[in-house]
Amino acid sequence: MMKRLTRDQMAARVAQDIPEGAYVNLGIGLPTMVANHLPREREIFLQSENGLLGMGPAPAAGEEDEDLINAGKQPVTLLKGGCYFHHGDSFAMMRGGHLDICVLGAFQVAANGDLANWHTGAPDAIPAVGGAMDLAIGAKQVFVMMEHLTKSGESKIVSQCTYPLTGVGCVSRIYTDLAVIDVTPEGLVAREMVEGLGFDELQKLTGVELKWQPL
Amino acid sequence: MIDKVFESLQAAVADVPDGATVMIGGFGNAGMPSELIDALIAQGARDLTIVNNNAGNGDTGLAALLKAKRVRKIICSFPRQTDSWHFDALYRAGEIELELTPQGNLAERIRAAGAGIGGFFTPTGYGTLLAEGKESRVIDGRGYVLEQPIHADYALIKAHRGDRWGNLVYRKTARNFGPIMATAAKCTIAQVSEVVALGELDPEAVVTPGIFVQRVVLQENK
Repeated sequence: MMKRLTRDQMAARVAQDIPEGAYVNLGIGLPTMVANHLPREREIFLQSENGLLGMGPAPAAGEEDEDLINAGKQPVTLLKGGCYFHHGDSFAMMRGGHLDICVLGAFQVAANGDLANWHTGAPDAIPAVGGAMDLAIGAKQVFVMMEHLTKSGESKIVSQCTYPLTGVGCVSRIYTDLAVIDVTPEGLVAREMVEGLGFDELQKLTGVELKWQPL
Repeated sequence: MIDKVFESLQAAVADVPDGATVMIGGFGNAGMPSELIDALIAQGARDLTIVNNNAGNGDTGLAALLKAKRVRKIICSFPRQTDSWHFDALYRAGEIELELTPQGNLAERIRAAGAGIGGFFTPTGYGTLLAEGKESRVIDGRGYVLEQPIHADYALIKAHRGDRWGNLVYRKTARNFGPIMATAAKCTIAQVSEVVALGELDPEAVVTPGIFVQRVVLQENK
């Protein structure tokens, strides 16, 4: 019986791959949970698009400051040594390739690393993009964190995205509740699977061809 | 004696004409110059083009300006939020034009205007819906999209402290778009929580030099 990872377990798995000294942006939603699993003894610099580096955890109740928020507009704190800057500088950090890692949620990832995570393309949807496109193309490594399958059981890893793209060929690695998969010039390479899942079954659940090459 | 300090919020926005392009600082409500916006609503200017990251939260600040139907067009990155109901209603009724731009492109378009740049190639948005109709180019093997600067007639921003020469410092993440918007408008109006004497702001730590600021006004009318 395969043991799908919970959202917390996925966050913990991503956190394992974030090394000491990394400059990291965690996207809104599921990726935000990664912060809860970063080991305290590891110094990691969390960047928030609205102008802070060295972001700390949520403040204690009653100590919220409306001038100190994260990209999701929730109250946060600043670590000692952290700093503030304006939006021009914040996006220079992304676009200029200064961030080591960003972690993003996704609707779909294609075999060539195309990412779709901002718009379902529904005609009545009000489009909103925020910093998603800047993050997608900016960091040295882009990690995607998502459920392997949609609620109706379709693979979110696809040969070509059917949703509007956020970025072209930008994803480096995919973490799902079933597997860890690298995007390589030779195609998608599965590196890990959850307990109880065989490669044939993983392949069957995935919309494109995988190679199995554990690290 | 140069004194950019205005005696009231009303006086600071009195000359904003109908049809003006107005940048409004803030990311959500952090850094939103709500008191200046309230003064602008009372002043009555309409058919405005607004530049902001969002399209209003809740019922105050930019949301109140939208609700009052003073905005013809909004240029922003992230309009749709759980509390953007005034924008949502106008958009669905076809009563407001939306120009959606990725957040970093929005910031850089503002910065470019302030820095005298006539346009720039950015990798953000290349190959996506938001690049449609724009010139794109491959430079050193990477795709880029041509983006245009955004100039404004006015910028309404919120800072923490200012002096009579217009030098400003901000508070925490309320800084966000303030410093770049100040550079991109013909007339930048900064509401501050404190006006200090010349020399009181550490010159090593001034964030917005006064050359970019035309008017300073206390957040609360005396």
